[in-house]
Amino acid sequence: MTALDDTPAGPAEAGQVAAPDEAVGARGLLRALLRNRLAAAALVVLAIFVVVAVLGERLAPYGRNEVSSADKLRAPSLEHPFGTDQLGRDVLSRVLIGAEPSLRVGLVAVGIALVAGVVLGLVAGYYRGLVDDVVMRCMDVLFAFPAILLAIAVMAIRGRGATNAMIAIGVVYTPIFARVTRASVLTVREQVFVRAARSIGAGDLRIMTRHVLPNVAAPIIVQTSISLAFAILAEAALSFIGLGTQPPEPSWGRMLADGRGFIQDAWWMAVFPGLAIFAVVLSFNVTGDALRDALDPRQRSAIESAAGRG
Amino acid sequence: MTRYLLRRVGQSVVVLFGVSVAVFSIIHLVPGDPVRLALGTRFDQRTYDALVARAGLDDPVLVQYVNWLGNALTGDLGVSFRSGRPVTELILERLPATLSLAFGAIVVALLIAVPLGLVSALRPRSAVDYVATFVSQAGISIPDFWLAIVAILVFSLTLGWLPSSGYVGLTEDPVEWARHLVLPAVVVGTVSGAVLTRFVRSSALEALGEDYTRTARAKGLPRRVVIGRHVLRNALVPVVTVTGIQLAYLLSGVVIVEVVFAWQGLGQLALQAVETRDYPLLQGAVLLFAVFFLVVNLVVDLLYAVVDPRISR
Amino acid sequence: MAAEPVLAVDDLRVTIATRRGPARVVNGVSWAVAPGETLAVVGESGSGKSVSVLSLLGLVPRPPATVTGRATFQGQDLVALPEEALRKVRGPGIAMVFQDPMTSLNPVLTVGRQLTEGMEVHLGLDRRAATERAAELLDLVGIPSPRERLASYPHHLSGGMRQRVMIAVALSCEPAVLIADEATTALDVTIQAQIVELIAELQRELGMAVVWITHDLGVVAGIADRVAVMYAGRIVEEGAVDDLYADPRHPYTRGLLASLPVLGDRARGGEGRHPADLAVIPGLPPDPVHLPPGCPFHPRCPVRADERCATEEPPLRPVPGARGPAPHRVATFYDLPPEDRR
Repeated sequence: MTALDDTPAGPAEAGQVAAPDEAVGARGLLRALLRNRLAAAALVVLAIFVVVAVLGERLAPYGRNEVSSADKLRAPSLEHPFGTDQLGRDVLSRVLIGAEPSLRVGLVAVGIALVAGVVLGLVAGYYRGLVDDVVMRCMDVLFAFPAILLAIAVMAIRGRGATNAMIAIGVVYTPIFARVTRASVLTVREQVFVRAARSIGAGDLRIMTRHVLPNVAAPIIVQTSISLAFAILAEAALSFIGLGTQPPEPSWGRMLADGRGFIQDAWWMAVFPGLAIFAVVLSFNVTGDALRDALDPRQRSAIESAAGRG
Repeated sequence: MTRYLLRRVGQSVVVLFGVSVAVFSIIHLVPGDPVRLALGTRFDQRTYDALVARAGLDDPVLVQYVNWLGNALTGDLGVSFRSGRPVTELILERLPATLSLAFGAIVVALLIAVPLGLVSALRPRSAVDYVATFVSQAGISIPDFWLAIVAILVFSLTLGWLPSSGYVGLTEDPVEWARHLVLPAVVVGTVSGAVLTRFVRSSALEALGEDYTRTARAKGLPRRVVIGRHVLRNALVPVVTVTGIQLAYLLSGVVIVEVVFAWQGLGQLALQAVETRDYPLLQGAVLLFAVFFLVVNLVVDLLYAVVDPRISR
Repeated sequence: MAAEPVLAVDDLRVTIATRRGPARVVNGVSWAVAPGETLAVVGESGSGKSVSVLSLLGLVPRPPATVTGRATFQGQDLVALPEEALRKVRGPGIAMVFQDPMTSLNPVLTVGRQLTEGMEVHLGLDRRAATERAAELLDLVGIPSPRERLASYPHHLSGGMRQRVMIAVALSCEPAVLIADEATTALDVTIQAQIVELIAELQRELGMAVVWITHDLGVVAGIADRVAVMYAGRIVEEGAVDDLYADPRHPYTRGLLASLPVLGDRARGGEGRHPADLAVIPGLPPDPVHLPPGCPFHPRCPVRADERCATEEPPLRPVPGARGPAPHRVATFYDLPPEDRR
């Protein structure tokens, strides 16, 4: 049959013995992303924000809490491109410095969810049976709570602050990773190379880490990118209601909350931090989409992201 | 069909049980004495003793759970630490506001998502499609509370078209109810609509490629009939699921948007409970949300079986 | 054929833009079919036979496809016809029955609705009258208790029953031409024979022209008047069914016939085929993006009796001694010796 479509055969091709991820490779993946112009732009935006988060203070024209009481609530100007806030602090500097806490909380939270969820999903999908039932029902229970509310409830127990926000958001996104991982493990565990490894007497741990994990990596990578988007939104939301990053440390959500009180007189206070959140979240979402297209066009984890929104 | 129904209901009951344990644990996971924390500076021994007794906190944990669950099943969610009023009453007061916002938002979401997703699917890879895809991507990425602030700035403070905050009961004043509902519903609906647009697009694309669509075209039906009767009907089947999940999320209170609009809904109530360490109120609200979510999911699955006759064999 | 053709296709070409370049799927196909006549268009999957008929009715999306040539139907050129005029041809003019009755019927609409909608649009019937006629049609295609069946959904019916419904849908506006595109391929062998027989019977009753599109020469042996064999978007051999079966002149046609079990039996239904016993032509049809020069079949051809095979495209020409209004024609540079078929 002559196909009109020249998409290369998918990694899940039956009977394939080699670990297919090696065939794609990180380099090939990057190339695929850069070919997609929107994704390339998103990667550039993300790279800029990472640089900003690392250099933060050094890039900012003013100090993080440098107050100039003569310059309160100044509109954007050459001197203060994003204006100043109610204490006379430079909004641009605070948006730049705020990148670090905002990104760090999201990153660590997704890290927690990734490790916990992948381990649980791997174990559930690999062993099946009772372990699977117990683990996945627990995940269902967590999943039954609306994301932001579960985070709020966790914070109600553990208290305010950036560290607890990471834990709370991590807990919220664990079930998604567990589900995505388990679903992929189920399709992989019966494939030839896993059975081959088992037949030569490889141990469970070895099979899981060396054979199963690399082959379920694609959907997990996609989910990571999408979850980063939502985790950063969640951090902003928690900080906005005063539960997350605590003042005087600037975080975008916190700045939005401050700006809300002055919205009529100083729109710039709320608009610029919001744009920063929007740009980062959009970039992660676009990257996630492009990754999905590049790695696995058929995967429909958008269902998970739709449910995770909020 | 009956077997499928029973299995789905059974699953939901198991998860619900887990949810009840998780919610019950909240008050016991708090480090320190929750009642003392809740009372804070208002502490006096008599109030303290009364609250502990009312919540049954002196009983063994298992007894507490059984009592709590039994009460919850009969609609008694305990008494608020802060106001001393029954939690159920506090929640019921807030229900109309939350229901108004949830349904208002889902209507807005569908009004955005169905046309946009369909137009996008009908001309895949066209300029319209790229714009629609990017707009929906952007809608998913916008912090809804920020959108709320900007909407208030533009439509309320600058243009003065609509009130910036507050909820007015439908029965008190329908016109004001609607005027107050517009901004929050549009803000929340835009975000939900962005999520739904992608589903409408992908499932419409799928339906467009199906053989039955070709059959409908081969019958010489006008394009609008092919699209409306054949493509759209099939495309909306999976959309029902996602709409349901979105509705569950909206019913659970759009916590932060409610705060921004000073909307007297359940989300705001839950947040107040956290801020005042009113644990019975928090438990009640969280339990209700989880039940909402599970029930809506169950209903959606069953609806799915009705809309798509293939499942109800 | 003495009768004036109802549908005449002339030098039809379809090119589809792909990411790898233009795919030349149909490359100059001509045929005609008269009322009451049955034409079979035969070829492997990928030979362009389905695309050629789908493109006549505007059912191949343009773009990415471009269609040239002429297709004269009742004095109109279908290729040049605007979509709205073409839509009015689909159904009452030319109707189609597709391959897979599992997916070709809409799962969320009742059988009745799928039958009545075309009649409401084209015949101007109201819902009542259309429903009345829908029941008659189901009866006509041999579906028991037709009135009850109107309320059924497709998944309530077996594959054979669904294909009968598809035929009823196609017949509902009394088409002048019925195109059956692999209409029996997805069905069991016994059901295949029933469907073939049903269409033949309905044709005798209603006097329409029938075009059978199939990869299976056996299916059409008993019912076709004429056969056109397609390969890589071209007709490589055509003629009256008896001439072509008795004396195939193209190596490709011979290969196709060799891959059939005993001729004749299958059309009447009964014998299943035994794929292991059958000769199969080695190799694959060419990629329509990279068609080989010369005869498109030459890379797979066991004969290649002329050096021009690899460089020039052999034209379709009458075989020596061919006579009549539908002469036996073949696209080769040489004449194969007659083959002993018995």
